[in-house]
Formats: sequence, structure tokens, C-alpha cells
Amino acid sequence: MTEPLVAAHALTKTFGDFVAVDAVDFEVRPGEVFGFLGPNGAGKSSTMKMIGAVSPLSGGTLRVLGLDPGTDGPEIRSRLGVVPQEDNLDHELTVYENLLIYGRYFGLPRKVIDERVTELLEFAQLQDRRQSTVEPLSGGMKRRLTIARGLINQPELLLLDEPTTGLDPQARHLLWDRLYRLKQEGVTQIITTHYMDEAEQLCDRLVIMDGGKIVAEGSPASLIAQYSTREVLELRFPVGTEDRGVGRIGDLAARVEELPDRVLLYTDDADAAAESVAARGIVPESTVTRRSTLEDVFLRLTGRRLVD
Amino acid sequence: MALTSLRVVEYGARVYRRTWRGSVISTFLNPVLFLLAMGVGLGTLVDEGSGGATIDLPYLTFLAPGLLAATAMQTAAGDSSYPVMAGIKWRKTYEAALATPIGVGDLVLGHLGWVGIRLVFVTGVYAVIMTLFGATTLWQGLLSIPPAVLTGLAFAAPVTAYTARLKQETGLSNMFRFGIVPLFLFSGTFFPVEQLPDAIEPLAYATPLWHGVSLCRGLALGLDFTVHPLLSAAYLAAWMVAGGLLAHRFMRRRLVV
Ligand SMILES: Nc1ncnc2c1ncn2[C@@H]1O[C@H](COP(=O)(O)OP(=O)(O)OP(=O)(O)O)[C@@H](O)[C@H]1O
Ligand SMILES: [Mg+2]
Repeated sequence: MTEPLVAAHALTKTFGDFVAVDAVDFEVRPGEVFGFLGPNGAGKSSTMKMIGAVSPLSGGTLRVLGLDPGTDGPEIRSRLGVVPQEDNLDHELTVYENLLIYGRYFGLPRKVIDERVTELLEFAQLQDRRQSTVEPLSGGMKRRLTIARGLINQPELLLLDEPTTGLDPQARHLLWDRLYRLKQEGVTQIITTHYMDEAEQLCDRLVIMDGGKIVAEGSPASLIAQYSTREVLELRFPVGTEDRGVGRIGDLAARVEELPDRVLLYTDDADAAAESVAARGIVPESTVTRRSTLEDVFLRLTGRRLVD
Repeated sequence: MALTSLRVVEYGARVYRRTWRGSVISTFLNPVLFLLAMGVGLGTLVDEGSGGATIDLPYLTFLAPGLLAATAMQTAAGDSSYPVMAGIKWRKTYEAALATPIGVGDLVLGHLGWVGIRLVFVTGVYAVIMTLFGATTLWQGLLSIPPAVLTGLAFAAPVTAYTARLKQETGLSNMFRFGIVPLFLFSGTFFPVEQLPDAIEPLAYATPLWHGVSLCRGLALGLDFTVHPLLSAAYLAAWMVAGGLLAHRFMRRRLVV
């Protein structure tokens, strides 16, 4: 087996007494797209910053590209591309200058940078914005520029912290397409996201974090197989309906979940379950049958609560 | 580290290429206005009154080199306060740099390096204008540029350190209000510190600006020094180095978490 690009064992990050990342273990293999999912405050960004060799570990061990971030920080960072959660472009400079400066930080000659900038602007669909300052760009354009900036050094490993948060669907799909192209080119990627469809689309493997711990790990399909059923039957009721018949349908599903406006039945055959529900005289306002998604897994594992 | 720091200097230059319009006017205009108003205008009164006897020089001549040092201080403090705060907190451009092979040491050195270059430009312009006013000869005016730049760096470094610790920007306006402006007024720029009440006079000698003024005035006018010039230079260098080390420490504490 090839050596993992990133290997973390009991990796821990504390801020004072607060434990943000609590002894997590994971490995990222060359060429794969690896995801971190988790609610707000789960410790995703903290983990990414340690991998990016910008935030010192509080405990455990971490190897990135076979090196130790504690001692080989500059060497590691020279081979990484980083797209931070919060935009930190230089708003006073132009699109081109942002890329140029970043390239210079990596010690690239001007000529090489200029060649790459042309490709990257095309990649990010910002060709006609080359000389525009960053300030007036839309959120999606800034995001694309940040990603282009992270690619200026042709990184072996790309760290993307919520790359598509705040983007409209078109921009998201464009980005997914771009990230897929990078994967084809062999760039290993680590992505954090709140979007389950994004994780399902992009990630070969992912971990779900909650409260600083990893609570599940696997491919999207295997996580669904392990933590959910093949299908879900949703029974919708007007809020406040007294009797939703929950007591009479427990045997129809592997698991039943009650929400204010819905009852969810996790089952391998949602249509069959729907017929049985009807046969028992339960009449919801509407029914939806659908496949299980990563979102079901996520909500089951991290609970339907609002952290933060 | 030194080589990678140059990349940060280059960054400073690039930002300046975008923003120079905001400061270049004052670079040229301030010395002219100050030398006109204080040097020529006020100077006429001073020279005709008892002041002439005390300083034993035309007031314009006395004032100009002192203002050169004070201008270096103000430029350095300005460049090391709000822009540094922006890099740390408002725009997070330092965070962006730290995701590359650039380290905290490079940020600090590169920043001070760029401020140094700016100071050469600003004090150079000043020295030429000072010469045009007839306050000194061109040669002596140019000779006073190095000590002026050193004076600036003796402020740039500690101000960077101070800014790196600040959570709120009000600390910056307070620094100018209670630090830079009083220094500007009372460090021998406008009048000899011997004129200060005896109780505060020694304080003035402890300020780096007084040593900067002393060096610039001595070199620009070919006067005798009250304190040996090498001692003054060493004192300024000590502020620069100590400030730089502190800036490095505070910046690391702030940015590497
Ligand atoms: N510099 C810091 N100082 C103190 N606490 C911090 C710091 N950075 C992060 N934390 C805390 O660590 C926890 C994890 O934060 P982190 O940013 O890693 O979460 P996240 O999973 O990325 O969340 P989100 O989805 O909201 O981005 C949070 O409770 C956060 O408040
Ligand atoms: Mg985050």
C-alpha cells in the first residue's frame, strides 16, 4: 500500500482548556478526495489548519507529505494549496496581482507565474477580470479566485475549507466540475463542507466530526449502508396534528423518527411501507418516498440540534 | 529567512504601487507647509526675538533637520500601525501569507524592510526640500538621511510590536495621541529640550526621537553633538532590534494559534 499523504494519530487541538479537536485518527491516501463533515464548531477548520502546518498541534502526531509540520512547516506549505474558510484575498490589489504576490511568496519566477495565471484565470473563469481589483468582485468570483490562488504552486495536496459556502447553484456546480478535473489530474484534496450533496458528489471517503471527535468514517455509500436504510418514507402532517399513528407503525421500518411536521420511516422499501401505512388507516397530508442520503446519516449521528 | 523576507518587501512595494496616491502628496507637501509656516513664518519672530540668542542659528535652519527626524518617526508609526492591524485582523493578509512558505519572521523583517525603503524615499524628498529652503547644503542634507531612516526604524519596530498585541483599533489612536504627538512636540524638534522644565528634561533624552533629532541636526548642520553620535545611533539601533524581536514574538503569539 502507498504511504498516506496525511496521517494523524490522536491528533488534538486545544485552546486554553477547550478541546477543539479531540484525539482524532485518520489517513488520507494519494489521489483521493477526503471530506470532513460536521456541524458548526466540530473542529473541522482547526484540523485543516494543523494539516496546513499553520497551527501547531496540541497533542498526538501528524505527518503531512511524509513530513512533520512542527519542523518542516515551510517545506510542507510549499507543496500545499490552501483555500481558507474566510476570504483573505488582498482587496486593494487586482486579481492578477493577488496571484502574482502569492506566486512570489512561493518563490516562483515571474515568467512561470504569468504562464500559470493565464491558465488559472481560465480555470476560474475570471479571464476578463484580470486587471480588476478584488473589492468589487462577487462572492463567487472571490471564492474562485481564492481557489485559483491556492493552485498557483501546483500543489500535491489541496485543502479546501468550505469551498462553496455562499455560492449560488451555478457557481457550486462550476466549482465541483473544476475540483473533479483536479482530481483527474491526480491532486489529492481534503474538503470540509456543510453540504451533504457536495460530500456525496466529491468525496471518495469522509469522516463525520462532532464535538472534536470523529464519529463515523467511510465512503458516502458505505456510511449510508451502515447508518441508514436504503430508502426513507416521509409522512407529512400539519404541525400540531394530535395522532400521527406513530405507535402503530413501529414495525414497518428499521427506525422511525418524529419531527414537528413529519414522521420519517427508515426502510429498505419505502413504497411498500407507504402502502402498509395507508392500510392501517393513517392519512398524512402528503407522502414522499426517497432514497437515503448522507444527510440522513449526518443528522442521525450528529443529532437534529443547532450547535453554536 | 532573509531571502523569503524579500518577497514580503516586494509585496509592500506592490501594495504601494496601488496606494501611493494617498500618501505621496503629503510626502511632498508636508515639509513645504511645515517649513513655510514654522520655519519661515514663525522663524521670523523667533529670530527677531530672544529665541535667536538661545539657539544661535536661524530658526528655519534649527527646525528643518529636527523635523526631518520627526517626519521619519511619523511615517514609520503610520506605516506600522493601521496597515499592520489590517494585515493581522481586518484583511487577514498575513494569515494568507503564512499559508505559504513565508513565516512570521519573514513578515516582520519584510515589513520593516519595506518601511525602511519608504523612509529612504520620504526622508530623501524631505532632505531635498530642506535644501531648497536653504536650511542646509545638499550634501549635508543627504548625509542626514541615514540617521533619519534609523530613527524611523527605531519607531517602526516597537510600533509593530505594539500593534500586534492590540485587539481594538482605539489603541492605535491612543498611541498617536499620547505617544507620537507629544514626542513630536517635545523631543527637541521645535525647541531645545533645555527649555523644558528641569523635571522633564531627562525624560526627553530617553526618547529615541531626541537622539534622532540630535543626529540629523548635527549632521545636517555640522554642529557639535551633546551626546556622542555613535551612542545615539546605538541607542536607536537598540530600539529597532528590541522592537523587532518583540514584534516577532507578539506576532507569532497572535497569528500562530
Ligand atoms: N483561535 C481560537 N481560539 C479559541 N477557540 C477557537 C479558536 N479557533 C477555533 N476555536 C474554537 O474551536 C472550536 C472548533 O472550531 P472550528 O473552527 O475548528 O470549527 P468548524 O468545524 O470549522 O466549524 P464551522 O463549521 O463553523 O466552520 C469552536 O468551538 C471554536 O470556537
Ligand atoms: Mg470551519
